[in-house]
Amino acid sequence: MATNTTTTQAQTKAPFPPFQGETFPSQIFWLVLCFVALYVLLSRVALPRLGGVIAGRNAKIESDLETANRAKNESEAAQASYEKALADARAKAQALASESQAKAAAEAEAQRKQLEAGLKTKLDAAEAQIASTKSAAMSNVRGIAVDTAGLIVERLTGKAPAKQSVERAVDAALH
Amino acid sequence: MAADPIAQFQIKKIMTLGHIGPYEIALTNSAVFMIAAVVFIVGGIMLAGRNIIPGRAQSLAEITYEFVAGTVRSTAGNEGMKFFPLVFSLFTFILVLNMFGMIPGFFTVMSHIAITGALAALVILTVIIYGIYKNGFKFFKLFWPSGVPMFVMPLIVVIEILSFLSRPLSLSVRLFANMLAGHITLKVFASFIGLLATSLGVAGWLVGILPFSMLIALTALEFLVAFLQAYVFTILTCLYLNDAIHPGH
Repeated sequence: MATNTTTTQAQTKAPFPPFQGETFPSQIFWLVLCFVALYVLLSRVALPRLGGVIAGRNAKIESDLETANRAKNESEAAQASYEKALADARAKAQALASESQAKAAAEAEAQRKQLEAGLKTKLDAAEAQIASTKSAAMSNVRGIAVDTAGLIVERLTGKAPAKQSVERAVDAALH
Repeated sequence: MAADPIAQFQIKKIMTLGHIGPYEIALTNSAVFMIAAVVFIVGGIMLAGRNIIPGRAQSLAEITYEFVAGTVRSTAGNEGMKFFPLVFSLFTFILVLNMFGMIPGFFTVMSHIAITGALAALVILTVIIYGIYKNGFKFFKLFWPSGVPMFVMPLIVVIEILSFLSRPLSLSVRLFANMLAGHITLKVFASFIGLLATSLGVAGWLVGILPFSMLIALTALEFLVAFLQAYVFTILTCLYLNDAIHPGH
């Protein structure tokens, strides 16, 4: 019982652990040892390694971005030159088309004129023939009319009229 | 049944290694966790891949690297990057030890003022030594802000010196007190459940749901605090280093 009381008294009298001065040397000894070891290992080995990895990644990302940028510029230039070539070709084709159109139109015009001239000569010839045919027919008609009129007058009067007066009368009727 | 909420902070000696002067040096549970943290951090980075497309472990290592580098660069500028290994060591050391502390049964190294005090002293000594080495006497412009009327200058200088002296104190006490208080709270709420169960039986188990759900929420909060305190320590370190690099406001 007595020992029990003394131990509890000793326990209550024991200082608060963080203020037990006799533990300080050990704590500080280990803290110095551990912290110096930590500092040396981190600053000499671990942090350069970690920083190197991060710097390496950043450099890689930067160079990749640069490459991508260059490729983008190249493709843009290629597209621009393609578009230019396309526009050139289109303009050339248009020029060619209008030129050939004009040429075809001129050719067609010439052909048409030639054709018209041919037709006109043919038409003139035909008209001349028609006129000659018509005058021939008319002279035939006059002969027939003179004969017929002479005969009619002879039958009516019993006396053949003078050929000249019949001809005059027919001409007057025809014209 | 009510477990002592302080017992978890007890430093347990595993074996005595020797003495430096009158001081006993021993391998303790605290030391084991510190060694484990160093192995975890260095091993984690060394075993992470070196791929262009990172895996999980590599992503974690790289995110931590970029996070700390961003913090240093944004608070102390590009000149501050020479302290990057120191800041990275501090951040990962504190963060990993705090996260180890969240595992039930594990020891929370940062709940000891000796450790946080030593780390704060390291930071402040770095600031003072580098500040004087880099700027010489100009470093003391830190206490002599420009553009202040002469008659208030004595007061300002006293305030500036006091605020500078309070830095190591606040740096160490903030981390230590947060970790200590958080783990005590967790332990107290956890022991409520046991107390209720043993004293009230079945009803106690039912009522115990209340502290249990509280415990879950507190555990989540403690994870946040474990990260946040490591971050706060880191960003304050960067701010103080910025003072050493560019003294005079």
